[in-house]
Amino acid sequence: MIGAALLALGSHWRRHPVQLVTLLLGVALATGLWSAVQAINGEARASYAQAANQIGAGGLDRLRRADGAAMGLEQYLALRRTGWQVAAVLEGEMRLGLRAVAVTGIDLLAYPDLPAIAESAAAAEIAPVEALTAPGRLFAAPALALTLQGEPGLPPVAATNALPPDTVLTDIGTAEALLNRPGQISHLLVLPKQPLVRTPLAEIAPDLIRQPASGAQDIARLTDSFHLNLTAFGLLSFVVGLFIVHGAVGLAFEQRRGLIRTLRALGLPLRLLTRLLLAELCLLALMGGAAGLVLGYLVAAALLPDVAATLRGLYGAPVSGALELRPVWLLSGLGMAVAGTLLASAQALWRLARMPILAAPGQRAWGSGRLRARSQLLLALVLLLGGLAGFALSGGLIGGFVLLGAVLMAAALALPPTLSVLLTIGAARARGPVAEWLWSDMRAQLPGLSLALMALLLALAANIGVGTMVASFRLTFDGWLDQRLTSTLYVTARDDAQGAALADWLEPRADAVLPIRSVEIDRAGTPLFVYGIVDHPSYRTHWPLIARSAQDWDRVMRGEAALINEQMARREGLWPGDNVELAPGWSLPVAAVYSDYGNPTGQAIVALERLLDRYPGTPNTRFGVHLAPERAEGLADEIDATFDLPVGAVIRQETLKARSRAIFEKTFLVTGALNILTLGVAGFAILTSLLTLWTQRLPQLAPVWALGLTRARLARLELARAVALAAMTAVLALPLGLVLAWLLLAVINVAAFGWRLPMYLFPLDWLRLIGLALATGALAAALPALRLYRLPPAHLLRVFANER
Amino acid sequence: MNVRLLVFLLLWPWAALAQGFAGLGTEADGFAVPERGHSPVFPADHGPHPDFRIEWWYLTATLTGADGREYGLQWTLFRSALKPGEAPGWHSPQLWMGHAAVTTPDSHLFAERLSRGGIGQAGAHATPFRAWIDEWEMAGDMGGDMVLSAGGRDFAYHLTMRAKGPLVLHGEGGYSVKSAAGQASYYYSQPFLEVSGSLTLPEGEMPVTGQAWIDREWSSQPLAEDQSGWDWFSLVLDDGSRVMAFRLRGSSDFTSGTWIGPDGHATALPDGSIRAEPLATAPSGTGPEVPVRWRLAIPARGLDVTVDALNPRAWMGTSFAYWEGPVRVSGSHGGRGYLEMTGYGDE
Amino acid sequence: MLLTVDTVTKTYPGGRPVLRGASITLDRGQSLALTGESGSGKSTLLNLTGALDGFDSGEIILDGVALSRLDDAGRAALRRDRVALVFQQFNLIPALTVAQNLSFQARLAGRLDADWLKEITARLGLGDLTERYPEQLSGGQQQRVAIGRAMAGRPKLLLADEPTGNLDETAAGTVLDLMLDLVRDSGTALLLVTHSQAIAARLDRRAHLTGGRVAA
Repeated sequence: MIGAALLALGSHWRRHPVQLVTLLLGVALATGLWSAVQAINGEARASYAQAANQIGAGGLDRLRRADGAAMGLEQYLALRRTGWQVAAVLEGEMRLGLRAVAVTGIDLLAYPDLPAIAESAAAAEIAPVEALTAPGRLFAAPALALTLQGEPGLPPVAATNALPPDTVLTDIGTAEALLNRPGQISHLLVLPKQPLVRTPLAEIAPDLIRQPASGAQDIARLTDSFHLNLTAFGLLSFVVGLFIVHGAVGLAFEQRRGLIRTLRALGLPLRLLTRLLLAELCLLALMGGAAGLVLGYLVAAALLPDVAATLRGLYGAPVSGALELRPVWLLSGLGMAVAGTLLASAQALWRLARMPILAAPGQRAWGSGRLRARSQLLLALVLLLGGLAGFALSGGLIGGFVLLGAVLMAAALALPPTLSVLLTIGAARARGPVAEWLWSDMRAQLPGLSLALMALLLALAANIGVGTMVASFRLTFDGWLDQRLTSTLYVTARDDAQGAALADWLEPRADAVLPIRSVEIDRAGTPLFVYGIVDHPSYRTHWPLIARSAQDWDRVMRGEAALINEQMARREGLWPGDNVELAPGWSLPVAAVYSDYGNPTGQAIVALERLLDRYPGTPNTRFGVHLAPERAEGLADEIDATFDLPVGAVIRQETLKARSRAIFEKTFLVTGALNILTLGVAGFAILTSLLTLWTQRLPQLAPVWALGLTRARLARLELARAVALAAMTAVLALPLGLVLAWLLLAVINVAAFGWRLPMYLFPLDWLRLIGLALATGALAAALPALRLYRLPPAHLLRVFANER
Repeated sequence: MNVRLLVFLLLWPWAALAQGFAGLGTEADGFAVPERGHSPVFPADHGPHPDFRIEWWYLTATLTGADGREYGLQWTLFRSALKPGEAPGWHSPQLWMGHAAVTTPDSHLFAERLSRGGIGQAGAHATPFRAWIDEWEMAGDMGGDMVLSAGGRDFAYHLTMRAKGPLVLHGEGGYSVKSAAGQASYYYSQPFLEVSGSLTLPEGEMPVTGQAWIDREWSSQPLAEDQSGWDWFSLVLDDGSRVMAFRLRGSSDFTSGTWIGPDGHATALPDGSIRAEPLATAPSGTGPEVPVRWRLAIPARGLDVTVDALNPRAWMGTSFAYWEGPVRVSGSHGGRGYLEMTGYGDE
Repeated sequence: MLLTVDTVTKTYPGGRPVLRGASITLDRGQSLALTGESGSGKSTLLNLTGALDGFDSGEIILDGVALSRLDDAGRAALRRDRVALVFQQFNLIPALTVAQNLSFQARLAGRLDADWLKEITARLGLGDLTERYPEQLSGGQQQRVAIGRAMAGRPKLLLADEPTGNLDETAAGTVLDLMLDLVRDSGTALLLVTHSQAIAARLDRRAHLTGGRVAA
């Protein structure tokens, strides 16, 4: 019996291959976009963990000199000889043509638990003698390893997936030769196993400070918001994809009603039938989910390099640009596919389970429409209030996203009643029978299309919201860059001695040489960078202050006050007039607050003398050089020729600006791509909804056709109807998108990054988007319209005959 | 891949030593090999021999605490050359590994250190004698006063030692044959050390006194191809005699040893003159089951004793693992000593 | 002559011929019942007459217009302006109210006569139902609306295909009476497909189809 029933149920898909493809595509799209985002997030997180393992920053404390300088071997030995189990690390940069590669050298013998080394040493069968003795071995991610292998004069390279990109890991002996820094140590890792008896640090090495383990957690916290953003996008795409599944499943069940009734009349128990259908759905979900995983992998692989660039640029978070397949990802992807499919089919299954054996093909009841509209509006209101309450209660990033979600959901729920009201008004104002029919018919079609239109609304709103945020960001950021980067050249010396020589050399050759000196202060676990500056008109005229007080610059330059960045001001509620404690026992009044986009940490500016009073050892290696822009290139070349500077030590203002902008462009690119994909999925949802409604459409259209309208005209009207609905949805999406943008700029951004951006409006973008929405509607309706245009009259006539 | 496998890779010379890894134990690979007829020269040979592959400064001590309980103590510095010779700084191919342990009747605490030569973090000097890794140290005069210290996460010790007898050369004037095929090492001992000092244990400080025994050995090809491990005894008998005896297990067992009179007079015990017979095995803690009760007989010397482990769970769970712990001697002679067993699995 | 159907043939793609040279004529104001077995082609003949579909050969001339020469738009215009249709079911536009349905075709053709519509509405007993939607009506009510809509534009020819086929006997009787009354009063010709001899007997003439031809 089961076999026969399965055969009967399955025959439906053989006869309706397009429907099958639609259903599978819906599952695939939903799963694909969701798992793409998950893959990107997973890859990024794995990269953080990897980086943490690689340098031991995740779990290990560090010892380093308070002044940031390198320490010598004797200091390491002194610690070792008094019981301190530490591993020496030498970090530096290696020139590779135009590219700079970070080199981390670790005493592999002291800290052999490095996964990167362990894995590749095993895979490449590298004997200890090869890694530990000259010429040594370099370990690098496969792409970098390939590059390095082509370089003459380098030790042999082993590829390993356990390393982040752009990092070479090697033994410290190899590293000091590579970096030409013999006997130097950047910092020491405090190993987990320390002996019972050990001399206190202050007695052996008073100039060393112990830096608590951090790194991975910090990066995770900083990047959380970025990943939350991606996840929200992924979830949105998933929901939009489910609209398609809902449509396709609804159609399939609708068309199989007769068959199901027959099967039940033949004695197949309802329970068994329901299980069979459930099993069928699960199978389809798995098939679609598998396809979705492939899709998701491809999307993720395409987007990941940009995401990686963004994360590296914004947060310094090392993320590999290459994607790895993780079993958890595969399983969760399939799980989401099955769960999503069942969720989207719940209504159809429920209806089926309650369908009496003998029931006439249903006609939609009009009376319940108003009731449903009212309850939908009520639910929307409850959601909105809930979101506001949630935000008021929890606040912060999570609260912001709760509010965001509530607003979107409420808006989606309110869409059908709102459209219904608009259509009623339209119908009342319509003149002529065809116009009247058009409006009324749109309203009649609304219940069947409302899910797809909600999907479109959400996609459009996200597009407007994110677009507005991104464009506002870009505009603000551009202006800010111009204000902030006033020096023509930025030069970084290797050390203080070279810095001094550089400053002396530059003095007669430039209009002004401004030292950029800073210290990192650990302030209850969060870093604060304090900069010391000398007075120069460029600061006073250009520095982007967003909250000022009287004589702010004068007071700062006299050493009486400090400037702080917006992140710190918002995080700690410090504004001009308040006092800021920069370090224990060092408080200054806040003179002004400046905007500091793209920087996750707190920052303060004081007069240079005040900084040096406190931190005499502050490195003096960075300088801003003012001179006529046309002389910049020449001077940069001259500096390069005169001083032995690391790669990238001389940066022109334009380069710096371009680089900063490029980082943000990458962010925009990723969100832009996700936007378009989401919109595409929404368009597909409309198409499938229209196809689903097709059988119900004929009884609506046949009488009108019979009364004297050509099929061509009816097809045109169908197209117009879809475009009109899309247009109305787009117009409604506009205010929703702006609310979304405001939430992103004024709530989410402040919570995530600590800065608030002014909101700029871009009406031209809206026009483009509305155009895009109309095109989406037209494209989605094109196929059904074409089908109608080509429909033989006999098919229309069947509506009137008793053959149905 | 785990840490242990990596360390195994890093330390394959020792791993080979411990397991009799086919080929590695027999090939000298450009390293110097011990030659019959050469004898150690002092004090120069207290220092390292970088042209030989492996070398160790090995001290074991049987102690009695102020509480009357028996304790055992181990301090070992291994040197293993990745290739012959020296290179400056981090590039030195000389790897050093320290093992330290304290054994009580009911606990066994141990620690391990790893370093390379060249940078001065670990090494050894002949004059004045000093062998060290990190804060662990064995220093002083092999014929006079010495100090010894080491520690780990849960223990530490500090001892002073005084030599009460001469250095003893094993085998043929310090040339100690390790197989019928002729593998050999240079091997001498200082078995006459009186020690006192204190142990820092989780329970607290414990003043101790007792006897210590230093072994010095270096070679490049210590095992024959078929040899899988050894059982090594160092016993201090109640009559003042000392016995060093070992059995190398292979297709046929190879035994060797030295009978040391109370005055330091040494007599080599040729292959076949020692009978070592396991009587009982017991779990060794994290390691495999090992023989913890032995019958040891040297008929030519009238020795027929039972050797019992003070604590069967004296497993050294270090990068390459083995059993090393204090023993009690009873039977024809009474006394105390140390037993080392390798090649029983789980290394 | 209002209608001349002359040896019309029709074969649906992939099927057997439905009409094999059917011919009928109908004068203005006259009524004709088309009877025949199931599958005899009577509904097809009615549909072709109503310019709902094209035919393969022969000719249909309706009110002086040769249907074979019409394209899709021409056929639509003919349906709108000269004929009215009442089918067995689903005649009404579901999205429109009864009032909107009633006036739809007349307004489409630009011939709305408000007084006439009011009279029809009253005569059909639909006065209380004008603001309802088709799905809120019974089958008999729906068919009455369909007849009202058909007659509102004063068509030259009313084509009815089993208009009471879906109704019970009482309702069928009422609906048929109302339809025949209105046809008579407005001088509209009627072509009615039915399988009921009793209904056929109430019309001026009858033609019987067998095997795609009109029997002599």
